[in-house]
Amino acid sequence: MNDTLAGWLQIIALLGVLALSYRPLGDYMARVLTSPRHLRVERVLYRLGGVDGDADQRWPVYLRSLLAFSLLSVLFLYGLQRLQNHLLLAIGMKAVSPGVAFNTAASFVTNTNWQSYSGESTMGHLVQMAGLAVQNFVSAAVGIAVVAALIRGFTRRHTDRVGNFWVDLTRIVLRVLLPIAFIFAIVLVAGGAVQNFHGVQSISTILGDHQSLTGGPVASQEAIKELGTNGGGFYNANSAHPFENPNAFTNFVEIYLLLVIAVSLPRTFGTMVGDRRQGYAIIAVMGLIWAASVAVITVNELHSVHSAAGHAAGGMLEGKEQRFGVWSSALFATSTTLTSTGAVNSFHDSFSPLGGGMTIFNMMLGEIAPGGTGSGLYGILILAVIAVFVAGLMVGRTPEYLGKKLGGREMKFASLYILTTPAVVLVGAGLAMALPGERAGMLNSGPHGFSEVLYAFTSAANNNGSAFAGLSVNTNWYNTALGLAMLIGRFLPMVFVLALAGSLARQQPVPATAGTLPTHRPQFVGLLTAVIVIVVGLTYFPALALGPLAEGLH
Amino acid sequence: MSSLTTLEPPLPQGEMPPQPERHRVAGGLLDPRQMLTSLPAAARKLDPRVMVRNPVMFVVEVGSVLTTLEAVRTPSVFAWVITAWLWLTVLFANLSEAVAEGRGKAQAETLRRTRTDTVARRLADWRPGAGDLREEEVPASGLRLGDHVVVQAGQIIPGDGDVVEGVASVDESAITGESAPVIRESGGDRSAVTGGTKVLSDRIVVRITSKPGETFIDRMIALVEGAARQRTPNEIALNILLASLTIVFLLAVVTLQPFAIYAGAEQSIVILVALVVALIPTTIGALLSAIGIAGMDRLVQRNVLAMSGRAVEAAGDVTTLLLDKTGTITLGNRQAAEFLPVEGVAVARLADAAQLSSLADETPEGRSIVVLAKERYGLRARAEGELGHAEFVPFTAQTRMSGVDLAEDGRHRLLRKGAATAVMQWIREHGGHPTAEVGPMVDAIASSGGTPLVVGEVVEGAAGGATASVLGVINLKDVVKAGMRERFDELRRMGIRTVMITGDNPMTAKAIADEAGVDDFLAEATPEDKMALIKKEQAGGKLVAMTGDGTNDAPALAQADVGVAMNTGTSAAKEAGNMVDLDSNPTKLIEIVEIGKQLLITRGALTTFSIANDVAKYFAIIPAMFAGVYPGLRHLNIMGLHSPTSAITSAIVFNALIIVALIPLALRGVRYKPSSAAKLLSRNIWVYGLGGLLLPFVGIKLIDLVVQFIPGLK
Repeated sequence: MNDTLAGWLQIIALLGVLALSYRPLGDYMARVLTSPRHLRVERVLYRLGGVDGDADQRWPVYLRSLLAFSLLSVLFLYGLQRLQNHLLLAIGMKAVSPGVAFNTAASFVTNTNWQSYSGESTMGHLVQMAGLAVQNFVSAAVGIAVVAALIRGFTRRHTDRVGNFWVDLTRIVLRVLLPIAFIFAIVLVAGGAVQNFHGVQSISTILGDHQSLTGGPVASQEAIKELGTNGGGFYNANSAHPFENPNAFTNFVEIYLLLVIAVSLPRTFGTMVGDRRQGYAIIAVMGLIWAASVAVITVNELHSVHSAAGHAAGGMLEGKEQRFGVWSSALFATSTTLTSTGAVNSFHDSFSPLGGGMTIFNMMLGEIAPGGTGSGLYGILILAVIAVFVAGLMVGRTPEYLGKKLGGREMKFASLYILTTPAVVLVGAGLAMALPGERAGMLNSGPHGFSEVLYAFTSAANNNGSAFAGLSVNTNWYNTALGLAMLIGRFLPMVFVLALAGSLARQQPVPATAGTLPTHRPQFVGLLTAVIVIVVGLTYFPALALGPLAEGLH
Repeated sequence: MSSLTTLEPPLPQGEMPPQPERHRVAGGLLDPRQMLTSLPAAARKLDPRVMVRNPVMFVVEVGSVLTTLEAVRTPSVFAWVITAWLWLTVLFANLSEAVAEGRGKAQAETLRRTRTDTVARRLADWRPGAGDLREEEVPASGLRLGDHVVVQAGQIIPGDGDVVEGVASVDESAITGESAPVIRESGGDRSAVTGGTKVLSDRIVVRITSKPGETFIDRMIALVEGAARQRTPNEIALNILLASLTIVFLLAVVTLQPFAIYAGAEQSIVILVALVVALIPTTIGALLSAIGIAGMDRLVQRNVLAMSGRAVEAAGDVTTLLLDKTGTITLGNRQAAEFLPVEGVAVARLADAAQLSSLADETPEGRSIVVLAKERYGLRARAEGELGHAEFVPFTAQTRMSGVDLAEDGRHRLLRKGAATAVMQWIREHGGHPTAEVGPMVDAIASSGGTPLVVGEVVEGAAGGATASVLGVINLKDVVKAGMRERFDELRRMGIRTVMITGDNPMTAKAIADEAGVDDFLAEATPEDKMALIKKEQAGGKLVAMTGDGTNDAPALAQADVGVAMNTGTSAAKEAGNMVDLDSNPTKLIEIVEIGKQLLITRGALTTFSIANDVAKYFAIIPAMFAGVYPGLRHLNIMGLHSPTSAITSAIVFNALIIVALIPLALRGVRYKPSSAAKLLSRNIWVYGLGGLLLPFVGIKLIDLVVQFIPGLK
């Protein structure tokens, strides 16, 4: 089978399994988020935590619960890393330095999973399992909880309650993430991923060199790493590492896992708002953008591999694994940057300028196609609010989305949301480029070097976590600046989303008439796609022009 | 309102105003002179304290100051050209607002002239029926709420109020522009008078209902001048979006400098400012307030005064229209539609008898019978003299009949036409007996929504003895105004439900509702029913608009989201509503809705246009900035612009000129054709979205062809 056929088959198979998952998983999550019944184990947990599982919260309370939980998580994770040498299963690792510990804590709590360290030489098994893996679950659940609150804003009326954060968090972890992650951890083990408690093992290679190999509970972490769109690898090489991602089969499973929740959430949305067509419209926009991105990256990578320069380099796939080839690498790269995963099975720094540029643009879109668990859906819903506002004016009515009017208050929160991430990216990258010391961290000169810096801040502020590589980010400045970018890029938008949810929930819905802008038709799908691409494109065009475009256009 | 079986004397009602022309484009084309005369006002608005209220244009003004300083410090042709065009951009924005306001000012001037210092004749301790009261002369500005003043023929009414005594004809042309005088009388729904209007005949006593300085005319002046203008909810929401886009673009450009320095292409202040101005949504930012003012102005030109911009916007959102049947859906009065003779009577004979008996009936119903007989049976209305000895019996509310007593060949022929019960009674009194078929005929007409009038004849022979018989029945029907069904269909396509309100019984109401094509009706409606209906609709999230004139309409007018009071109505109604229609034409409600929608569409369309423009500007400016260091970026110069400086200049010139070019559109409003939301959106996306994307490519290229010849620009 040639590469092209295999590549196409892989894409078709992926779309097939995702389509099969859309309805059952989406509807299941809707049930989880709306059911009035608690499981026994949940009731025990609520009693332990002193939570009334039947009481809904107003949005500020929901937000406070979320922030308090996240702050505690950051502190716990920071402490765990700093003290790991005194604890169990350290497998000889030293205490993590303050800069890295802060950066890593911020990174895993924000679902970014940016790693300025090498997992196998920094983190012991306890930190990996009790710290990082736990955050892989709960940070993903936090994202879904926020979008659940937003959807309730659309469905509820005359109320100031948007749900109960603790209930949402517990249910998503226990009923959604744990079972799926458990099953797929076994699948990955079956596929050849490592799952043990070994320490560092020294091995002699055929050539007589010594190599240190670290074992560990890899497969179990790998499953939630992808499922929760986390992306923080057990090993530095992430999903390019054969212990994490041994072969084409596990590669396929990992791509499926990192997409499946975000792809199914529009169904959850459609089901919860009582109009499944709304969900289809959203998934259509996500699908269009995803498909276009896959096409751009695949074409560019194929072109560069088959170019004269590529052949001169011995037909080498620099930065790509021979196991996966161009097609799987491009598919993985698109999916990981369009979700907030950031796991990589190839190195984006070595992509062609335009292919690598596309991975940056994917993240700049706000990771909404399909996006991170929860964050992708609330991100695209906010953009839908903006699109509905402009389009709604054009049909001569006060704009309304799903029956809720978009007035000054709603537009304030939506505007602040779309303002936050670009501000963090541009200011962060601007500062890094203005400070001579930080600029020196670039591996390459010229536009490619700039792309490395731009990529880092785009990845951090959008909570992606993938790295272009090439940039030396393990400095105090980068650890701190990127850590802050992750925290601001994660929690400030959540504040605005929850505030919007509160403001929507209070409203009396307006009945739909022929004069109402329909938001389920192809017309709206096209409009929303155009709004997303144009608004994001306009924001970042100058920066992209000086990076990937300057490098890629000849 | 007519009832089923009695013919009541019609209310003294003025002629219905003629149907306004459909989709009359108000404001017309922009007069270039208007631009020139508005220039000083536009320049005055450059004051930063004024500009800061418009965040987008304030950024442009600050940018203009920066480039001016830069141009002074390091002069170059390029810097000065950009500086000049940036200032022009700000000026053009102010110009659009000044032109919009200027139109209102002229109107306000005319109004102000009527508000002369009237002297009021105040009556102390007026009570109903009291004669010989002490009069004192006070300036109109000294009148208080509840004062009573007397106004006689030739005098100006000193303030808004209600007539409490007397009847007078009043010239209201000062506010309505209508020269025909109107009758104002105490009690009832025609008691309100407006300060500044002139009494033409008789004497009235008016109770003042407004404080000085807050009269209707004062409010009108404030409204048309735009002084009372407050930002509307949608305008605020849009402003928030525009401000945040402005911040995003500011950030994008400010952070571009470190990137540019790294690339070895540090940019001058002039170029950075130019880039910011090109990107931020200046087109919509410049025209936003003009669009709002012009929207109010379009209403004023249709003789509708909206008390707030909020009301105009709400009009666009209306989902339910409550329309009074009489005057709105049907012509004010019922009209004869057919003659139905009893067996054995020729229809021509019935028509003749009906016409003769209606000659003395001056009510509109009576006249319509005469007209129908003439039109359908060629019977000319005969004057009194032609009939020989004829004695006319005029219509009275007591007899509920009209008719004529004719003396022909020594015989007396008595004809009567009127309410069925009255005429049948009359026949019986003359010894006749209506045939059995008359009853069912009357009932059939009543149940179809018409009013049956019975025509009876008594022939008294010379020898005495009389034959009395019923000749037939006239069907008086409500006549639905021409074109109403089409309008309701249009409204339905716009997603607006129409509900007809009538005092008729459900059967009659249904018949008319079906004929007119309204979606629903409320029969035998009392003010309480109306109120309950509005509340019910609102509870379902709907926005309700209605018209009203009577005092008992006031609570419903206040409750409705858009309440249009008729100018002929009581002051209570005018206070309660949020719009007043000076023409008192209830059908105008539909136009008000359209104007509200047009206002929002204009804003949305220009916002889309403004944002779409940015794409072309990037393709002009980015290669101009960086093609020097990264030659690959030359490929982005798809317009093939002459040089970096000419490219940037062209983008800025385009950006400024497009504002001027769109001022007429902003004032007139975009073309609006009632249709479904999906169709409207498609059209506007193609025109303003795609147009906004492509037009600047052409525009900038054309400007570049000229600009490149400016000496020293390179």
